[in-house]
Amino acid sequence: MTVSIVVEITVNRTRWRGSIEPRTTLADFLREHLGLTGTHVGCEHGVCGACSILLDGVPVRSCLMYAAQADGCAVTTIEGLSREDGTPGALQDAFCETHALQCGYCTPGMVIAAHALLQENAAPSDGEIREALSGNLCRCTGYVQIVEAVQLAAARKEG
Amino acid sequence: MGSVPDLLGVLATFRYIGKKRRTKEDPRFVTGRGRYVADVALPGLKHVALLSSPHASALIQRLDTRKALALPGVHCVLTGEEFCAATEPLPVGVDAPLVKRWSLARGCVRYAGEWVAAVVADSRALAEDAVEAIEIEYAPTDYVTDPEQALLPGAPLVHPEHGSNVLYRRKFVWGPMEEDFARAQHRLALKLRWARSATVPIETFGVVAQWHPGTGLLDVWASIQMPKFPDQTARALRLPGNAVRVHFDVDVGGSYGVKRGLKHTVLVGYLAKKLGMPVRLIEDRLENMRGGDMHGPDRSFDVQAAFDADGTIRSLKIRALDDVGAYAGRSPLQLGKPVGAIVGPYRIGSVEYEPISVLTHKTAQEAVRGFGQSPTNYAIESTLDAVASYLGMDRIELRRKNLIRREQFPYLIPSGTTYDSGDYHTVLDKALAAADYPRLLQQRDAARKAGRLAGIGISTCLEPSGGNSAFEPLFNPKNETTTWMDSCLVRVDLSGAITGVMNTSTSGQGHETLVATCIAEVLERDPAGIRVVHADSLTALPSNSPVGSRMAIMLGGAAAGAAKKIRAALVRIGAKNLDCGVEEVEYHEGSVRRKSGGRGLSWDQLVEIAHRKFHLLPHGMEPGLQAKFVWEVPTGGMLPTPDGRIQMYPCFSFEAHIVLAEIDPATGQPRLARYTCGHDCGTMINPDIVHGMTYGGIAHGIGAALYEKFAFSDNGQLASQTLMDYLMPSAMEVPSVKIVDHCTPSPLTEFGQKGSGEAGYLGAPAAIASAINDALAPLGAAVHELPMTAPAIWQQIQQAKRRRSCAESSPD
Repeated sequence: MTVSIVVEITVNRTRWRGSIEPRTTLADFLREHLGLTGTHVGCEHGVCGACSILLDGVPVRSCLMYAAQADGCAVTTIEGLSREDGTPGALQDAFCETHALQCGYCTPGMVIAAHALLQENAAPSDGEIREALSGNLCRCTGYVQIVEAVQLAAARKEG
Repeated sequence: MGSVPDLLGVLATFRYIGKKRRTKEDPRFVTGRGRYVADVALPGLKHVALLSSPHASALIQRLDTRKALALPGVHCVLTGEEFCAATEPLPVGVDAPLVKRWSLARGCVRYAGEWVAAVVADSRALAEDAVEAIEIEYAPTDYVTDPEQALLPGAPLVHPEHGSNVLYRRKFVWGPMEEDFARAQHRLALKLRWARSATVPIETFGVVAQWHPGTGLLDVWASIQMPKFPDQTARALRLPGNAVRVHFDVDVGGSYGVKRGLKHTVLVGYLAKKLGMPVRLIEDRLENMRGGDMHGPDRSFDVQAAFDADGTIRSLKIRALDDVGAYAGRSPLQLGKPVGAIVGPYRIGSVEYEPISVLTHKTAQEAVRGFGQSPTNYAIESTLDAVASYLGMDRIELRRKNLIRREQFPYLIPSGTTYDSGDYHTVLDKALAAADYPRLLQQRDAARKAGRLAGIGISTCLEPSGGNSAFEPLFNPKNETTTWMDSCLVRVDLSGAITGVMNTSTSGQGHETLVATCIAEVLERDPAGIRVVHADSLTALPSNSPVGSRMAIMLGGAAAGAAKKIRAALVRIGAKNLDCGVEEVEYHEGSVRRKSGGRGLSWDQLVEIAHRKFHLLPHGMEPGLQAKFVWEVPTGGMLPTPDGRIQMYPCFSFEAHIVLAEIDPATGQPRLARYTCGHDCGTMINPDIVHGMTYGGIAHGIGAALYEKFAFSDNGQLASQTLMDYLMPSAMEVPSVKIVDHCTPSPLTEFGQKGSGEAGYLGAPAAIASAINDALAPLGAAVHELPMTAPAIWQQIQQAKRRRSCAESSPD
């Protein structure tokens, strides 16, 4: 009953080609086939946003897609936003500076959402930041220090 | 408490404590390199999926697993018949031994969502396929979902063997309650309802277990925050404690009290041992919401207050009925914690408190942030607001009149707990100033003039901290727990690097930062270079878990205690090698030198002696350089008195919330326009961490006050099973929050710290409810039930309008 399908996906600038079970979600593919466990699964019905990744630069829920639907696409995960040596990139560093996280579970999705915002809007307002993050739930922080992190990252880029 | 000499004296100024510093944990999390339980990859790992009951109450008439077992990739289909015979039931927090719970139902089911069978397969998907192939027939039976009805004679019994649906009931009276009620000039009564909600972490609960037949050892990785978890897992599996090794280095993706997955772990441990394969269960969201047993308090209050015309509150009577659902672990004890702060921050001379814990056919309740204190704070604060309204007195003035005064600490409350320290009036004043209260009033009144509904909310609440679990002996005379220690091991290696070893897992509280900061402060070494690791349960020192806002106090105290022993050893080594007494030398940033000047020994030299030069060590000193410290909760160690008085918690943090809320009159939708929180948790170890937890606690409180509810239908089905029905606040619902710090050090702790893990959540629901009711007051409407959802508020507005139009149309 198990059939497989061949897909080719570029993940964090590395091309992957292989066969997978068609019902494999993109989140499971990233985590279990590629070992990219920074993408977290929170609700598996598209509400919490923890599994957010960039698909051709656009933030999407990797739990709501099949990996097969990403065939031919470029995916960026939280690991892809780090520096080459695995240390935090500029936005991630801003999250550390303002302590914009506690347990870290929603954090990859938050960073992805904030990254997508700053790509489109270099100097977002408080309201624009909150709106951009409103599809990602966090139970630790009350969002205050996350908003501060995005503001800091924007200000540093500006400076 | 151990007998470590107080080498530090009073630390007037701190080097590292209280300073802005980045945390140790954040860099691995922002790069996606945490290691959560779902990231634990073992070769040959098998996956569990669960069959759950669709009925609130039913007999299992037929259960046939053969078709499921025959499917490819399926290794086992386990039912309650086998499992319950092979394992012990899970512990009950009160004296109710016949309220038995296992991970799987046997014979009957007691709530919709209860696990009936577990499938193990090569993948989660295959396991779910097999669950669908299990054949089962039920005969539905009578059920009860309303806690008041569950108390009535003739109500269907959730556990007939127990003989009643009452798990625990006792009426405590502390102080001259009858006299105070008789003498008071006024009395009032009100009813309040706190709905079932929970912290609902973004990571569901998960556990991985692996059995090693050669060594007879079960390895467990779990997203756990649970006191006595390894012991209880071993006991249920009929294994000795040293046959279960829980790995505390698993990052936990949020918990705030609820990650208690004992039933999950016993099930998975059993399967791993039975099959000889590593097995994992990661709850999906549905399993988590209806069968994860993580719902919080579900409580009705009947409160009576006795008070005088000048606002002096003399006495309270509180009846608290809590619906724990179909089974009970520690959940009934959530009625016990509030005993330690039953009068809130107020001078109230007597109290009657009647906690009632009742069973119904609903999902089982578990510990949630605050362990029952936040609902109680909501009841106390609502009562204060009702008294103010009754007397036509300002709510802030009423609080000022009744708050315990700074000079009255330490302050003994009627239920036997002494509050350590506080300066409530100053914190309230600072919060009012930061909120610009006169301007807030203008904003509210301007909004009202413009035809909108606007209100200001106030709450002044306590956060008992340093949990010592004294509610266990209070609620169960057979339980004589009087210690709730925590520990730390500090090592200095041959290179001179420092490692702190902690003994529980962490779910976002920043314990590695806490331990490093406390060690650094004592040893005067840079915390950046201090590594902190988590022991496993077989190498761990005796410790409990990060519950009850205790780790800053208990783990911080243990880390400091161990570091002080290291420091004392270095001083002794230094004095011996400088040929003088310990009183003649001083310790400075890791080196030891003569007070009179001259020769000294550096950190590296002292460490070298400790590790290599036994001939230079003081007589009787162990070589190497490490120290452990096991700390008992300050003020702990006592059993309750016969009338139920007890020192429940050692330290009391305080918070004053000021909220401006607006309500859309057309829809009832509330919006929090301004939010200020004055907060005093004594000395803050890391301000960013304290503030973060306080913001998060407020967000959680906003959810409990306005949105979140595990609603059940009349036929006992959980109606909010997904995050589309169970509404958690996003960045759009949580406003920008202003926190104002104040520091009243605790005299009981190493650095003057108190707890802050439940900060914000303990005062936010009360303050928001106060704001909503202030907004509705001009209409003569009020809501006394949480969550105050838009439809609930809208209904009150409509009813008030109808009352008004009736009054206008009827002639006097």
